[in-house]
Amino acid sequence: MTTRSVLIFSRFERFWHWAQMALIFALMFTGLAVHGLHRTIDFETAVTVHTWSAIALIALWLFAVFWHLTTGTWRHYVPTTKGLWTVARFYAYGIFKGEHHPYRKVYWRKHNPLQALAYLALKLVLFPAIWISGIAYLGYNLWADASGWLGVVAAVHLLSAYAILAFVIAHIYLLTTGHSFVAHVKPMVTGYDEVDLTDAEESYLRERGLLARKGPGSPP
Amino acid sequence: MLKMVLTGLLLVSTQIALGKSAVDVDMNFRLVKEVAPTLRTESSSTADHTKFEALQGPFRDGPEVTRACLSCHTEAGKQFMSTIHWTWEGTEPDTGRQLGKRHLVNTFCTNARGNEGICAQCHASYGWKEEDFGPAGLKWEEVVDAGDPNNIDCLVCHDRTGTYYKSPLTEGNEACSVMFQGKPPIDLGEAARNVGSVGRENCGTCHFYGGGGDGVKHGDMDSSLTRPTRPVDVHMDADGLNFACTRCHVSETHAVAGSRYHVTAKDNEGTGKPGERRNAATCESCHGLSPHPIDSVAGVKLNDHVDRIACQTCHIPAMARGGVATMTDWDWRTAGRTQNGEGFKETNYTQGDGTHRDTYKSIKGSFEYGEHLQPHYAWFDGRIRHTTIDTAFDPAEAPIAINRFGGSAEDPNSRIWPFKEMRTVQPYDKGNNTLVYMHLWGDDEDAYWGNYDFARAIEAGMAHSGLPYSGEYGFIETLSYWPITHMVAPKEEAVACAECHAREGRLAGVGGFYLPGRDGRWVDWLGVLLVGGALLGVLGHALLRFASSARRRAS
Repeated sequence: MTTRSVLIFSRFERFWHWAQMALIFALMFTGLAVHGLHRTIDFETAVTVHTWSAIALIALWLFAVFWHLTTGTWRHYVPTTKGLWTVARFYAYGIFKGEHHPYRKVYWRKHNPLQALAYLALKLVLFPAIWISGIAYLGYNLWADASGWLGVVAAVHLLSAYAILAFVIAHIYLLTTGHSFVAHVKPMVTGYDEVDLTDAEESYLRERGLLARKGPGSPP
Repeated sequence: MLKMVLTGLLLVSTQIALGKSAVDVDMNFRLVKEVAPTLRTESSSTADHTKFEALQGPFRDGPEVTRACLSCHTEAGKQFMSTIHWTWEGTEPDTGRQLGKRHLVNTFCTNARGNEGICAQCHASYGWKEEDFGPAGLKWEEVVDAGDPNNIDCLVCHDRTGTYYKSPLTEGNEACSVMFQGKPPIDLGEAARNVGSVGRENCGTCHFYGGGGDGVKHGDMDSSLTRPTRPVDVHMDADGLNFACTRCHVSETHAVAGSRYHVTAKDNEGTGKPGERRNAATCESCHGLSPHPIDSVAGVKLNDHVDRIACQTCHIPAMARGGVATMTDWDWRTAGRTQNGEGFKETNYTQGDGTHRDTYKSIKGSFEYGEHLQPHYAWFDGRIRHTTIDTAFDPAEAPIAINRFGGSAEDPNSRIWPFKEMRTVQPYDKGNNTLVYMHLWGDDEDAYWGNYDFARAIEAGMAHSGLPYSGEYGFIETLSYWPITHMVAPKEEAVACAECHAREGRLAGVGGFYLPGRDGRWVDWLGVLLVGGALLGVLGHALLRFASSARRRAS
């Protein structure tokens, strides 16, 4: 078992992540303007930017779903209880004792069990909730009569948005819990991260050119 | 006649003595300052009426002109006499109550019935003689309903010289002689030879002056629409589209589309097939059901509004924008004050065009005006319910809506409409809890506009119509609502989204539906829990980490 710097976030995955981040921030800002929580931009602009950002994000998600399915990366998100408790214990207790993170990244499992579970919940619950309610909201006139369901749709949409905002806060905070904030963000920029590899994995990845030529953990 | 001239002279001299303008716009149609006809550019007539032999005159009187008109337009008399312009009558669909100026009580001069001597100068007729009036006013059934078509006044609508005018049918009391200021006599032949499709000033002769003066009643109709600028009305803009009223109020055999009694609050038909819709004055009958261009998100989204928001709600940002004020409050309680035994008036409101408006008149009471007013918004299904002369109400529920509108968010045929809201304090029958007819106009001892005695005027007004009256009157606060549909602004001046999509916006008082930007505040509290919880958790966690690592370093 050796630790190597490996390309774990492909170009599409990084693009997906950062484009999604930008769109979520744009949607959050314009959405709260539409909801009337701030008036830094006018309503018409807010609605316009919100709508186009939402359409772009849905398109991005369609590509991402396709990517997950075709590349098999969906396996990273299969929930597991193995190690879940250890990670939870670390964040709730060990981190204050100066312990090291108990999870070691492996090539076929780039997220720790708690992280994978959180992302899975985001992708299967919050994201569908916000885009289904969002499409219902946007296309209200196509399905609703005078029955007043818009309030319900809007409440689901808003609640999902607030939950996503809570997720973003926790997500950014957790970047500060490792060696450094930068060390956590860097893999999503360069694509490379330290991963424990079996010998077989290492030789396979070396042959495919997916190991960093230079960098921490690369052979001297 | 001598009396009229003398009082007229007296009035002019008093006005000069007081340094006031001799022009008093809000008393009578005859005082319209500008008489040149508006231009109708879209006429497609195939006849030149100046060449018609029958119109060469000379004409002794109006009916003689009408006889000439009807000699060619053989069916026009019968057609016109079946319209509300002639009958002044209609029925409320679900209650069967009698509507129309012949019956209704309003919140202005309160009733035309019994006061036709002045009010029916807006009835397109002539020829009523002394014997056509009884104690209850004009004998509608006998002389109007069974009337002679030759008594139709064609010219008041179709004169295109701008010189035609009407005067009150009867003379009235001395106190009202201000109305008889001199005007050049009408050249009936000239008017007859210059007939045409109606121009804005023809309709305006009556409709701009409803309620007893320029712009008093409606808030969206006043003399500024004779020659409006583009900001005042994008369609009637005299230098632009220059629409005549009939461009929207299309007519067929003299039946004119568009009614305030039965409003098309929501048009589901749109433009229809070419030439099909001759009975619609709706915006949709020209602009269709998806009027906004769909080249932007905003445009698509605006089209989503059409089913619940009347076009007028966004496209008429304010009422009375043409420099003419509309009346907002009328208090009859103060009427009847005199100075040295004479009626008087105060003129303490100066409107946008510089004209002074009466704020007090002995014959009517006190008034307030407004310009550039934001309308009142409400769900509206097109049906106006009236408090008629025979409708009893509970005075404890005042203000009493003299015309209230139906509609709600749950009703798919209702839309949010703009209204002018008028507040009045007017006499009512304290014993029977009904409205009253007042005998205002007449050269007799009972007419309020002369004796300043409500008790007598009400007694007479009710008795003349054979209505029960308890003998005791009081004053009650009333409201009336006037759907706003004219003075459509250019699109760049339409109401912006955030004027409604806001917590305290224009629609703050309109309920029954979810309005983004206004509603859903309870969700924010859950949001505060979620987001605040995350922030607190993160902050607590960070503090603990900081403290524990500091302790570790120290040890």
